[in-house]
Amino acid sequence: MTSAVEKYRNNFLREVEANVEEGEWVKMCMQCGVCSGSCPLGDAWEHPPQELFMMIRAGKRDQVLASESMWMCTSCYSCITRCPRGLPITHIMHGLANYANRLGIAPKMNPTRRFAKIFWDNIAHTGRVNETKLSLRLYFMDGFFTGLRRAFAMRKVGLGMLRTGRLNPLGLFRAGGIARKGELRKLLARAYEIEDARKNFGKRN
Amino acid sequence: MSEVATNQTILVAGGGISGMTAALEAAECGKEVVLVEKRAALGGRVSQLYKYFPKMCRPHCGQEINQRRIRANRRLRVLTLAEITKLRGAPGDYTATIKIAPRHVNSNCTACGDCASAVSAEIDSPHDYGMRKVKAAYLPHNLAWPQRYVIDASIAGGEQGAAARDACRYGAVDLDMREETIELKCGAVIFATGWRPYDAAKIQPYGYARYDNVVTSVEFERMLDPYGPTGGKLLRPSDGAEAKDVAFVQCAGSRDRNHLAHCSRVCCMASLKQSMYVGECYGEDARATIYYIDIRGIDRFEDFERQVRADERVRFVKSKVARIEQNADGSPVLHGVDTHGARRYANTHDLAVLAVGMQPSVDANEVFEEGATSVDASGFIQARDGENGNDGVFAAGCAADALDVNRSVQSATAAALRAIQVVNRAARA
Repeated sequence: MTSAVEKYRNNFLREVEANVEEGEWVKMCMQCGVCSGSCPLGDAWEHPPQELFMMIRAGKRDQVLASESMWMCTSCYSCITRCPRGLPITHIMHGLANYANRLGIAPKMNPTRRFAKIFWDNIAHTGRVNETKLSLRLYFMDGFFTGLRRAFAMRKVGLGMLRTGRLNPLGLFRAGGIARKGELRKLLARAYEIEDARKNFGKRN
Repeated sequence: MSEVATNQTILVAGGGISGMTAALEAAECGKEVVLVEKRAALGGRVSQLYKYFPKMCRPHCGQEINQRRIRANRRLRVLTLAEITKLRGAPGDYTATIKIAPRHVNSNCTACGDCASAVSAEIDSPHDYGMRKVKAAYLPHNLAWPQRYVIDASIAGGEQGAAARDACRYGAVDLDMREETIELKCGAVIFATGWRPYDAAKIQPYGYARYDNVVTSVEFERMLDPYGPTGGKLLRPSDGAEAKDVAFVQCAGSRDRNHLAHCSRVCCMASLKQSMYVGECYGEDARATIYYIDIRGIDRFEDFERQVRADERVRFVKSKVARIEQNADGSPVLHGVDTHGARRYANTHDLAVLAVGMQPSVDANEVFEEGATSVDASGFIQARDGENGNDGVFAAGCAADALDVNRSVQSATAAALRAIQVVNRAARA
């Protein structure tokens, strides 16, 4: 097949249906635009949801998966409650973000992506969120001095959390977490294995 | 009447355009017909319209023709203020229970209006969706048939009722009338019970319940009527200012799983028609904007759509409006995304008109004996194939589906023909 034909061969919708969480709903969109109009962060999206759905159907694979747009979703659920066709738009946005991330096409420096990664590593390690490590990682992800500045800006909140016992400074040294961490990791490894086999993913990094 | 009705009588529920048509077609074929109407006068929702699409003519002439046909036909009997509460039996042998509310006015009434002058109590005008008050002794509307006043139940027992009775020179006011329940034999039944507008307050983001200048399409029709609540002037309900820039919001309730799953079919054409009203009122100053998902104008209606699109005063925005807010001077501000180019907008208009969806006005399952008929997911009555090809209960017009007047009349004629077949079979048996 020549590259000119390949260019217009649209398998992206099928790919989304097979590999993206709730992706089978994408074809149900009737382009009314109520999701985009209802989104409180809509101004900040390069491609609001209804436009993403149209791009998926138009086969714009690279533009969709490399987009920052779906990472803007804050899960407020305004779009889901208003969608006249009942599309689980919030879930599709997270599904797209997750899929793009798994393929390694997602924008590397997207702050939501980076936070999500830090959060997941933190919770998957011990089965509980370690607030102290999580906030330190987050503040210092762009270097030492930026981290100090961020921590200083948030000092009131941090001290308040310390005082009310919401932030344990000893968390830095103690592992904490659930009783059988090994079991949790085994369980997650098996889940990854199943998902990777189903979606034909390569090796995880 | 219960003595004269037989198993060859056709009973028609609903005296709107569909019911009148079905009843007249059957009666003019020589069948005995009883027409039962819940309101005090025939005409239904059509009598509340200002103009028809696509010809932009008044619905009055058709109503007058139908009224003449009713007067000329001895086989058709009309019961007003009457409702079928229960229906049981089988094709060729039904018994209907009919509840008749008291009008408190008998056939001596000449519609002179002396009772209304004598009464000071007021009620919300049912003909105007409560947009204005009328006297509690009232003529339902100018073209009401029968042309007879109604004394509202709220005053019938008191001093005001007595005043109306004393004012009447013809002895037409009868305060002793009571609610009656009668049973009627019939061979076939046509349900032409019509539609009601979807409750716009349920579409929370559109603020119908919060903002005065967000109105429904049915209320908008009343505003244009020269005899309506604003005397035909297009004014904002909040401050009476001229509404020169009107937004029409399509699919307000229709095609929405949170509200009505079906397409109400008439709203696109109705909004195109209503955008012309704005031009009628304000000429070159008029501005109309239609917010739509897609305009469903088919066959000859497409010409009408083209004609409206050619009008520079009418703008089309392809978008389902996300929400409506109100600015400091009470003007509605529409928010959403224009999907042609994905631009966000916040447009201010003088008035927003919600093209509300159609839903069946009667829950058929409450009236029918269980299993006697079937309704679809939206509650519209479905045709059924019984042992003899069909059962004896048929739906006409908007009881059967969301239809415009043209298709309602076609559906009514079809229902009349089916009902005639059932009573003919009953006659031969």
